[in-house]
Amino acid sequence: MTLGRLVLANLMRRKVRTLLTVLCIVVAFVLFGYLSAIRQALSQGVDVADADRLVVRHKVSLIQPLPGSYEAEIEQLPGVAQVAHASWFGGIYQKPSNFFAQAAVQPEDWLSIYPEYLLSDEEKDAWFRTRTGAVVGRATAERFGWKVGDRIPIQATAWTHSGGNRLWEFDLLGIYDGAKPGTDTSWFFFHYDYFDEARDFGRGIVGWYVVRIENPREAAAVAKRIDQTFANSPAETKAETEGAFLQSFADQIGNIGAIVIAILSAVFFTILLVAGNTMAQSVRERIGELAVLKAIGFNDGQVVGLVLAEACTIAGIGGLLGLGVAWFVISLGDPTSGALPVFFFPTADVLVGVGLALALGFVTGSFPALQAGRLRIADALRRLG
Amino acid sequence: MNWLTQIVALSEVNLRTLPARKGSVAAAMFGIAGVVAVLVGVLSIAQGFRHAMTVSGNDDTAVVMRSGADNEMMSGLSGESARIIADAEGIARGPAGPMASSELFVIIAVPLRSTGKDANVPLRGVVPATFDVRRDVQIEEGRTFHWGRNEVIVGAGARREFVGLDLGSKIPVGQQEWTVVGIFGANGGLSESEIWTDAAVLQPAYRRGNSYQAVYARLESPDLFQNFKDRLTTDPKLNVKVIRQTEYYAEQSTVIVNLITGLGRLIAALMGLGAVLGALNTMYSAVASRTREIATLRALGFKSSPILLSVLAEGAALALIGGAIGAGLAYAAFDGFRAATMNWQSFSQVAFAFSVTPTLLAQGIVYACLIGLVGAVPPAIRAVRLPIAQALREP
Repeated sequence: MTLGRLVLANLMRRKVRTLLTVLCIVVAFVLFGYLSAIRQALSQGVDVADADRLVVRHKVSLIQPLPGSYEAEIEQLPGVAQVAHASWFGGIYQKPSNFFAQAAVQPEDWLSIYPEYLLSDEEKDAWFRTRTGAVVGRATAERFGWKVGDRIPIQATAWTHSGGNRLWEFDLLGIYDGAKPGTDTSWFFFHYDYFDEARDFGRGIVGWYVVRIENPREAAAVAKRIDQTFANSPAETKAETEGAFLQSFADQIGNIGAIVIAILSAVFFTILLVAGNTMAQSVRERIGELAVLKAIGFNDGQVVGLVLAEACTIAGIGGLLGLGVAWFVISLGDPTSGALPVFFFPTADVLVGVGLALALGFVTGSFPALQAGRLRIADALRRLG
Repeated sequence: MNWLTQIVALSEVNLRTLPARKGSVAAAMFGIAGVVAVLVGVLSIAQGFRHAMTVSGNDDTAVVMRSGADNEMMSGLSGESARIIADAEGIARGPAGPMASSELFVIIAVPLRSTGKDANVPLRGVVPATFDVRRDVQIEEGRTFHWGRNEVIVGAGARREFVGLDLGSKIPVGQQEWTVVGIFGANGGLSESEIWTDAAVLQPAYRRGNSYQAVYARLESPDLFQNFKDRLTTDPKLNVKVIRQTEYYAEQSTVIVNLITGLGRLIAALMGLGAVLGALNTMYSAVASRTREIATLRALGFKSSPILLSVLAEGAALALIGGAIGAGLAYAAFDGFRAATMNWQSFSQVAFAFSVTPTLLAQGIVYACLIGLVGAVPPAIRAVRLPIAQALREP
């Protein structure tokens, strides 16, 4: 009888309990997966922000527009490689709860400053050539079942055109994917020129600028240079790295996010504790048998190994299954009907999960294993009664 | 022995053996208490947010915005439109004229206390009629601002959640500094998250000329709403939408309430599953260790169904006690906990308090009983289906 078969025989002895323990661990790791995805989603994609991009917005608040003339001025500044701008549209598709972000941009500038938006060359050409053309990210396209070639009607909330008309129609000419799993593919982009000429008021203003700088290490200096350029003008600016800009959004969620994450973590560890306790319990029940094994010639190391192998098998199977299930359900999309546009299970966290599963096996196995190893045969056999 | 006395006798046996089974019973109860505490706790966040939004609205108040705008931020009304709206029939009149409050709504960046980072705080420009329309606003400390001066009053929620909004502090707005001269409360409503000042002072600071974003009109009675709405929306001089204040706030809170309840339900479902598995494990061990005991009872002539019922009753009782403990814990830990978060629809911060309502508590306890029953049924069935002779031989 090999050690492996012995482990298996022990696991199959109380099938129901083994099954329940494994399922318990599966649930814990599904929860762990959601915890990682939620943490990632609430961080608003800060960790995929580019270090060489600055976001320039109105100093008072993001809702205040900036003059379109700033673009040329920013381009002149030393250390600036490229400038693009975007304007928030804030329209409604069908009903207000179908919220997704829409912005008017200069297509060529925008795609070159955001290389992580992947479009085929045909889609790019078509979008560049068509005034009413628009592109949208995979997440939003899938959410509403849009296909390339669809006409997307969007009701403006502020930007009316041709004397008060609120309905804007765009031709969907491309669906972009993200180069990295954390890329936000929920935005809808269309031509700024079309938007600016058609709107009834506010011509020539833009929402915010995105600046690519030559050297990420000079980010602070360039940001300061930009702000000084427009100091004491009617529209002062606030320039900061994209990471800091996104972080400020993530921070706006305040302690609610922190509370949810803390609760989830506590739950995860509680379930692990309960499962671990059951595992340790099942070894303690068999102290007498372990003594018998020692009596027939197994040495201490072998007995410890046997117990550890058993615990690690349960934890490993449960953990890997749980992570697999988590990965699958998370890829189906977020549970909050579009409130979290970026929702995925980060690879680094998958690895952390694997580590946690192994640690669980070791920790729950090692206490009873050490007990078993230190066991004096005569004492243990007496316990059998 | 008839069926009922059998149940009583069995329940007594169960009760008497409880001390011997302390560990496993406590584990099951603790697990269920945890599930309920978390479920109630997370849902109380959404409940509190909803409460802050609904307490603010009055049925007799209509919100008038530019047609197509889904919130004040996106709306815009010329001074002329605001005047036409204020003169409309159906609006209640006070000593100072019609109770129509033309308001300007912008956001300024003020650091959150909890993170130390800038957050969007709503800054509302108001007119004298505002205080007639928003009756729940009361000055709690200091005084109200003087019209035409760079002075502001701060909602109690905003002062609590953000840095530097205490009495006497200065807020930089554009090139100027505005002084906080008063703190106001609004029964825990939405206004408490805001900073208020004179609209006439705010307009030039934000280069808004003579324009507003919304008019809040208090009607003579809630029934006049439809008439008022029809009158304004058919007026060729206006291009507006009219909505009840209560409905407006309910719409404004959908995204965040969806977010929190979505997450809450998901967490609770997973936890419930974990708790069911834990309870199953505990009950199985409990029943397994009592297999001989149960077989002895059956040998003595006890029927299967009373035994089954007594095991179920124990499961339900444990769950009920665990659920009650969990609900109590959640109430102690979460009720009234103050927080602020971003409401994405209005693009600004809302300060609110978590609220654990009786409905939530009941929900939590019902959920606990479900978990307890689901966890107790399979082991109980197993216990009564084992052949007696075989069960008596079990260790």
